[in-house]
Amino acid sequence: MGEDTDTRKINHSFLRDHSYVTEADVISTVEFNHTGELLATGDKGGRVVIFQREPESKNAPHSQGEYDVYSTFQSHEPEFDYLKSLEIEEKINKIKWLPQQNAAHSLLSTNDKTIKLWKITERDKRPEGYNLKDEEGKLKDLSTVTSLQVPVLKPMDLMVEVSPRRVFANGHTYHINSISVNSDCETYMSADDLRINLWHLAITDRSFNIVDIKPANMEDLTEVITASEFHPHHCNLFVYSSSKGSLRLCDMRAAALCDKHSKLFEEPEDPSNRSFFSEIISSVSDVKFSHSGRYMLTRDYLTVKVWDLNMEARPIETYQVHDYLRSKLCSLYENDCIFDKFECAWNGSDSVIMTGAYNNFFRMFDRNTKRDVTLEASRESSKPRAVLKPRRVCVGGKRRRDDISVDSLDFTRKILHTAWHPAENIIAVAAANNLYIFQDKVNSETH
Amino acid sequence: METRWEGLLRREVVPRREAPTGLLPGASAQVGAGPSPRRPPGSPRGLGATRVKLHPTRICRTSPQVRVPGAVGEQSGPSRLSLGPCAALRTPAHRVPCPRQTSLEEHEGYCLIGFLPAPLRVQDTDAMFARGLKRKCADSEDSPPAPPACSLQRQSLLDMSLVKLQLCHMLAEPNLCRSVLIANTVRQLQEEMSQDSAWQVPAPASAGRGPLERLVSTEILCRTPWEQQGGHSAADSGGSPAPDLLSEPPGAPSAQAPRGAPGCAWEAASPRESRGGFQRSLDQIFETLDSKAPRAAEGLFADVDGPYYDLDAVLTGMVGAKSVPGDGFETLAPTGAPPPGVSYKRDLGELDHVVEILVET
Repeated sequence: MGEDTDTRKINHSFLRDHSYVTEADVISTVEFNHTGELLATGDKGGRVVIFQREPESKNAPHSQGEYDVYSTFQSHEPEFDYLKSLEIEEKINKIKWLPQQNAAHSLLSTNDKTIKLWKITERDKRPEGYNLKDEEGKLKDLSTVTSLQVPVLKPMDLMVEVSPRRVFANGHTYHINSISVNSDCETYMSADDLRINLWHLAITDRSFNIVDIKPANMEDLTEVITASEFHPHHCNLFVYSSSKGSLRLCDMRAAALCDKHSKLFEEPEDPSNRSFFSEIISSVSDVKFSHSGRYMLTRDYLTVKVWDLNMEARPIETYQVHDYLRSKLCSLYENDCIFDKFECAWNGSDSVIMTGAYNNFFRMFDRNTKRDVTLEASRESSKPRAVLKPRRVCVGGKRRRDDISVDSLDFTRKILHTAWHPAENIIAVAAANNLYIFQDKVNSETH
Repeated sequence: METRWEGLLRREVVPRREAPTGLLPGASAQVGAGPSPRRPPGSPRGLGATRVKLHPTRICRTSPQVRVPGAVGEQSGPSRLSLGPCAALRTPAHRVPCPRQTSLEEHEGYCLIGFLPAPLRVQDTDAMFARGLKRKCADSEDSPPAPPACSLQRQSLLDMSLVKLQLCHMLAEPNLCRSVLIANTVRQLQEEMSQDSAWQVPAPASAGRGPLERLVSTEILCRTPWEQQGGHSAADSGGSPAPDLLSEPPGAPSAQAPRGAPGCAWEAASPRESRGGFQRSLDQIFETLDSKAPRAAEGLFADVDGPYYDLDAVLTGMVGAKSVPGDGFETLAPTGAPPPGVSYKRDLGELDHVVEILVET
């Protein structure tokens, strides 16, 4: 890894300029697999890069647990919809790993319209000693064959092969915003702005529509679906969030079309905080079930909220991510930052939640101790073995030395995509075209 | 928290020109779909000719105070957010410097229509918005009809929202969630404005000229492009306010008529008018977003190089150039768009008057 870093410094020094970011290289999604061994990132150019964690070795204890590139492939290409005269972006919106069932890994990746199932296999042996073919594969002259041999498998350099196994196309009229694999490992759902479809992983030519909130008259449209997820244990339950800040838990056993929710989670609006932007900032940008399946985590523009599935009236916990922006909403509306969709993540034990913010800050909230920390993902802070220093945004009043004032926050640098290792305290944070991976060395086990 | 987070890896995605260099010596990647020739960064997307780019470029930036906090930072322009770079992030594959021009020259930037009164700082706006504007207006309802500050700010927010909606509409791939949120905000603003104007006595033209003209301009600007594309539904809803426009100020002197008549008429009719007009325009946005009717698509892609929209046409005074009697809206259409199916009952002479006012100012 050191070698790679040096190479990059020599050849790509022009990339060090902060303000030059190729649009196509911006990371658009980050996802760990179920064991945490693999980490997949998708970018706006339709490319998927998979990192693999190096196994611990006694020889080099410092390289324990580092992630290196495992495979890179082009998942989606830009397309053109001829019927609507629209270009379809190749940006990868979401990647979801399938539970591993054999030696191969599989993942689903989606852009705005098409979902693809990719199979990732390793090849580290190849047969040698054919009778009819020589080493290069050319047919041997039969007269030179004097004896027969049995081909044997010999080790070779590791080769990672990625192949598209399924393409689930033409299922959505609107832009897909989320996909989620069911716990039954046979089906998955894909959600766009107005509809949610249920697919079988082996069947690509049809899908079932399970939620449809499109009004009969598009003029009456006031609410769209923003995110959705299957319950981690109950294969019949899923939740979807809306732009009005409500969550709907649906049970697929109730009806084929789950337009009628089983539970509606909605917090009444606080009248003292009401403004013209109340609805916009209440729009839920991400929803995640806890690993236990009992709680849900939602992210709206200014807060993250933890909901108990058993209580619909209000969330059980609300954490302010950047409440100092509440007085700047008009400016943020003007520059469109108010529409940024931040993601959120649970840690493996559901005790800490994490989400991104502006200025390349990300925040973690400990649900047990009620303490929170703000960290920054930047080049300076991510030198290997450099410990992240907690940051603070001061909102007037006393200002400590390293504080950042609200007015000098950089709203072009934002952390929208974060992921937490399913078992350990390792987090992946995407900031524009940079992927940062941080590890908590003090508490290696989840606390 | 008792944890100590330290860096494990920072990997920068390299541009497409080079093959990915981050491969381990022992591993090689086989690309399932095959590596395809990537366009070099800095060039437009492959199908750029048919893609309608975000083009808020014809709108003049007149109010440099309209800026996000954070643009006042120490670092040089592009890395700090002002109105420019945020839009720049959306333009594919090239970096755009922060725009500071004030002319109508083409530049990548995202500006307001520029009707904000100069001393109004954004921070103040925020504070007022956050405090609940409507209540404030209600307290001062018995004050003279000088436009209260909250309605000015509301108007500016409305202007901003309508511009955003128009730009949404122009995008090749409209973001439905964003459009819905902005449209809901517009509806909410419009409802509050109509409720407030229901309390106010219709102001005489001389006193309330400022905000009334703004109302006028917004009405004109947002009505004409949208009603191009969904003319059929306009006849059903909101047709009734139109004939009332001219009948309202019958006695106004002709010299005042261009300013006063539309002003008073719009103000008085704004509860019905704004509701109908905005509702129609909002509806049409969603219709076109949804259906992508051929005529809407033609309207979008008819003339990529020409003036992008009626907004531009109005601002640059191209309206009077080709006026066809009885069908003045035709002149405002993108060149490839077919004429609307329904002709409007509005007096087109009045429309020309108002547009001339806009162009002169």
